[in-house]
Amino acid sequence: MKRTIALAAGMAMGAGMALADMVAPADVTYGEYGEIEQSLTGVPGDAEAGREVMITRGLGNCVACHAVTALEDIPFHGEVGPILDGVGSYRTEAELRGIVANAKMTFPESVMPAFYKVDGFIRPGNAFTGKAAEGPLDPLLTAQQIEDVVAYLMTLTD
Amino acid sequence: MTMSTLKTAVCGLALLAAPLAASAEELVVNGEIEMITETEPAAHLDGALSTVRSGWTFRTTETKALQMDDFENPAMISVDNGMAAWNTADGAEGKSCADCHGAMEDSMEMVRATYPKWNEEAGEVRNIQMQIDDCRVNQMSAEPYGLDSRPMLAMEAAISSVGRGQVVDVAIDGPAAETWEKGKEIYYTRFGQLDLSCASCHELNYDNYIRADHLSQGQINGFPTYRLKNARLNGTHSRFRGCIRDTRAETYSVGSPEFVALELYVASRGNGLTVEGPAVRN
Ligand code: HEC
Ligand code: HEC
Repeated sequence: MKRTIALAAGMAMGAGMALADMVAPADVTYGEYGEIEQSLTGVPGDAEAGREVMITRGLGNCVACHAVTALEDIPFHGEVGPILDGVGSYRTEAELRGIVANAKMTFPESVMPAFYKVDGFIRPGNAFTGKAAEGPLDPLLTAQQIEDVVAYLMTLTD
Repeated sequence: MTMSTLKTAVCGLALLAAPLAASAEELVVNGEIEMITETEPAAHLDGALSTVRSGWTFRTTETKALQMDDFENPAMISVDNGMAAWNTADGAEGKSCADCHGAMEDSMEMVRATYPKWNEEAGEVRNIQMQIDDCRVNQMSAEPYGLDSRPMLAMEAAISSVGRGQVVDVAIDGPAAETWEKGKEIYYTRFGQLDLSCASCHELNYDNYIRADHLSQGQINGFPTYRLKNARLNGTHSRFRGCIRDTRAETYSVGSPEFVALELYVASRGNGLTVEGPAVRN
């Protein structure tokens, strides 16, 4: 019992800290080329968690479109987007944050979905049910998941 | 030299150079129905595609083979059911389809290649399924099958099967033009939270893999298709629904005016291919 309480308190504190610095999707400031200088949470990204986001269907599922040699153990990488090898060398953290949050700010008309955007969609659905969305949409990834993915991408250096 | 002799000559050369690769890309069903699986885009595509390819060309060798012989094609059981229903009286009028239309092979040969089609009396574009249920209700006083239902797909598959090898040629002008334009607009609309249009996947990215799926051009000349994944016939509108759902969007419903318009437009993108339905897919 004691342990649960301690854990709950810890979680609440973590969430509280993150919330204080969290930038909501509507409040994100994009630079001229679509980059985002400021962290969305103020909490450093966790590359290991970011790796999970990259490969998990219900999360980023980035490998659906991108091949990544470092993720070779995961089957079926897509070919819709460019191979991401070395992207941490030739892109800055701010650029990567911007591309993951809303790739269209960097690549107009891109087919890459915006992972941190909640409005401006045509016939938004309730996840993959085919039914209309009820109430406001959540972004595809949370602010912290974006930071985690960015941290992972920064490890892809040549 | 006509266009087709030119093509034959070119094919002949390709055959000599690489017999295996070329024969793998030739679809001849039952050793007699020659299909056009790749062709020049119609003028109304405005250069959007450099070539028009049947969904068959994107499938694996094993899946392709299943469509080459009716004894291997698992959809043929449904075709038999559809044929039987064609000849069976149903409804209060005590009539069968054959009583009005005669042999399916004769009267239905050009249907699949030309639908969806403007119906003058109804003042709307109709697809085959709408026409089938209209006959059942108004000519036979029978219960409608219901769109994309099993008996409906069996009947559509049978009608498609007798039209195999006919060149798809849906009319997009005259009274159908307005519906076609609407379908085109839907095709290029980016739906849902993933913000993707049909064109994002099937025009800009055909032949690319998206995760484990080899993207085709999303042509419908093979519909209704038998999918090994769900082991049954699948209707065009249900496929559209699935694709829109996968963009995290609210879909339209099967039989909606939006999907009829989209069906006409997508069919017209395949003008010049041959009717292959019922095709086999993974
Ligand atoms: C539906 C396809 C799709 C998905 C899903 C997708 N991307 Fe992309 N991505 C693209 C395309 C296409 C481009 C190329 C940009 C353009 O449109 O010109 C791109 C570009 C990028 C770039 C820039 C690469 C460079 O060379 O500068 C990065 C980084 C990136 N994506 C990361 C991700 C991450 C991380 C995810 C998941 C959280 C993801 N992508 C999901 C399609 C996708
Ligand atoms: C996120 C990607 C994506 C989008 C967007 C998408 N599709 Fe698809 N579609 C697929 C995949 C994957 C398949 C299965 C492989 C294939 O045939 O391309 C498929 C298959 C199809 C097929 C079956 C083709 C055949 O030969 O069996 C049709 C028809 C089709 N799509 C039409 C559409 C239409 C119309 C739209 C827009 C309303 C659309 N798709 C949007 C991914 C997509």
